[in-house]
Amino acid sequence: MADSGRQTLPLSFSVNGTRYDIEVEPHELLLDVIRKRLGLTGSKRSCDVQVCGACTVLVNGRPVSSCTLPAFEARDKDVLTIEGMAEDGKLHPIQEAFIEFGGFQCGFCTPGMILTAKTLLDENPDPTEEEVIEYMNGNICRCTGYKKIVESIMGVGKSEAS
Amino acid sequence: MLRPFRLEEPDSVKAASESLARYGDSAKIYAGGTELLLAMKEGLVHFECLVNVKKIPGLDGIDLDNGNVRIGALSTHRQLERSETLQEKLPVLVEMERNVANLRVREVGTLGGNLTFAEPHADPGTLLLALDAAVVAQKAGGSREIPMTEFFVDAYDAAVEEDEVLTEIVVPLPAANAAVRYRKFGYLERPSAGVALHVMADARRESVQDVRVAVGCVGPKSMRVEEAEAVLRGKSLEEAAQRMAEAGDIAGRAGDAISDLHGSAEYKEHIVKVLLTRAFNDIRAELAG
Ligand SMILES: Cc1cc2nc3c(=O)[nH]c(=O)nc-3n(C[C@H](O)[C@H](O)[C@H](O)COP(=O)(O)OP(=O)(O)OC[C@H]3O[C@@H](n4cnc5c(N)ncnc54)[C@H](O)[C@@H]3O)c2cc1C
Ligand code: FES
Ligand code: FES
Repeated sequence: MADSGRQTLPLSFSVNGTRYDIEVEPHELLLDVIRKRLGLTGSKRSCDVQVCGACTVLVNGRPVSSCTLPAFEARDKDVLTIEGMAEDGKLHPIQEAFIEFGGFQCGFCTPGMILTAKTLLDENPDPTEEEVIEYMNGNICRCTGYKKIVESIMGVGKSEAS
Repeated sequence: MLRPFRLEEPDSVKAASESLARYGDSAKIYAGGTELLLAMKEGLVHFECLVNVKKIPGLDGIDLDNGNVRIGALSTHRQLERSETLQEKLPVLVEMERNVANLRVREVGTLGGNLTFAEPHADPGTLLLALDAAVVAQKAGGSREIPMTEFFVDAYDAAVEEDEVLTEIVVPLPAANAAVRYRKFGYLERPSAGVALHVMADARRESVQDVRVAVGCVGPKSMRVEEAEAVLRGKSLEEAAQRMAEAGDIAGRAGDAISDLHGSAEYKEHIVKVLLTRAFNDIRAELAG
């Protein structure tokens, strides 16, 4: 409890492998902490009501809408944002597939699409088209018409180049 | 924007209930927050204090007990969808859960929160009515069981007192000669109509020994429709099939359908009848199979 009368909570967590020890107020949302305090702007705010998936981040490997999740819920957890997908300057195979199969246009939905696709493929490395469509149905894209997103996810690791 | 609030994190139901009693109107239980925080972000409601019940141990189990499944109120939709116990013993619940909201909401939102919020456009309550389930509500002074038939009071109003914590949902397992279906329809984010049907056949699987019909989403609250059940009870499966249109009409009217952005009342009544008929046909096939 700070002297101001406003409660603060210690938040120790890791984001993309980097550990942070900060303090948050109970009402601070994870998306705002990630974007404004940590400066990681890959996660987007769009609908703000848990419908579109632009704000998707993974908390201990599971997708959440960071637009509506209080930051304190990430206590002692590992958060992964789109900035943490590439390793040693090398894009993640899902990112490669989205490029190869044209899985994005404006790119606003793409961080959420890629992170959700990651949890799908972690659970089920070889999904059918129906499984991809069902799993991804909470991520909205205004540009692509989805076909190429589904193709990208189906094509992960199957590209000629990779 | 979410306005500041205080957070309390009790580690027992008793402590949670005491906090709630102390704050009265200005505190609310916070579980997954998928409904509560939306309402608070919109400025529709504000609470000075949120009581996080997720630190209370033991409220998210899924256990078999004497012909019942006892589901901890803090189980998330995703836990229910992935539960091997439920997949084996109560697949109708798993199928319903798989189609609630989107993956991220299922990951965080709990069954207890879904029921207590009593949002009319929701799925689990309707199915739980047809399964003849009950919930357990606990407060500092003791606990009580509330049958689902007495749980929903009105839109956004459930029979849970301000200082009570929903701890469990108790679902009797359907008998071997029974079959259950939940069918819904919708084209918006949330369901526009939902029906659940439980049919218990006689030992020879020729007639409807007992039946429960529940309707949800179309009006202010999910409800059992005993008048529609009476049309089907005791009939041969063949005769019941012929009388489904009548039962469906009754169920449609009983649902208290309202005209809103999901559709006109008349349209929803029609959908209820169609869904109920489909549910019955599937059940009949299962019982024959
Ligand atoms: C985009 C979106 C789509 C959705 N689609 C569907 C759908 O298709 N079908 C459907 O059925 N639902 C749907 N929902 C609703 C969703 O299932 C609920 O939001 C969720 O289950 C609520 O649980 P929670 O733990 O987040 O509740 P919270 O938001 O934490 O709480 C909701 C209310 O219940 C009270 N409460 C919570 N837990 C308890 C408890 N243990 N004891 C007493 N009171 C308690 C709180 O005080 C609050 O008033 C949707 C929601 C969203 C945001
Ligand atoms: S911004 Fe969070 S789901 Fe749309
Ligand atoms: S690429 Fe523009 S919203 Fe999906």
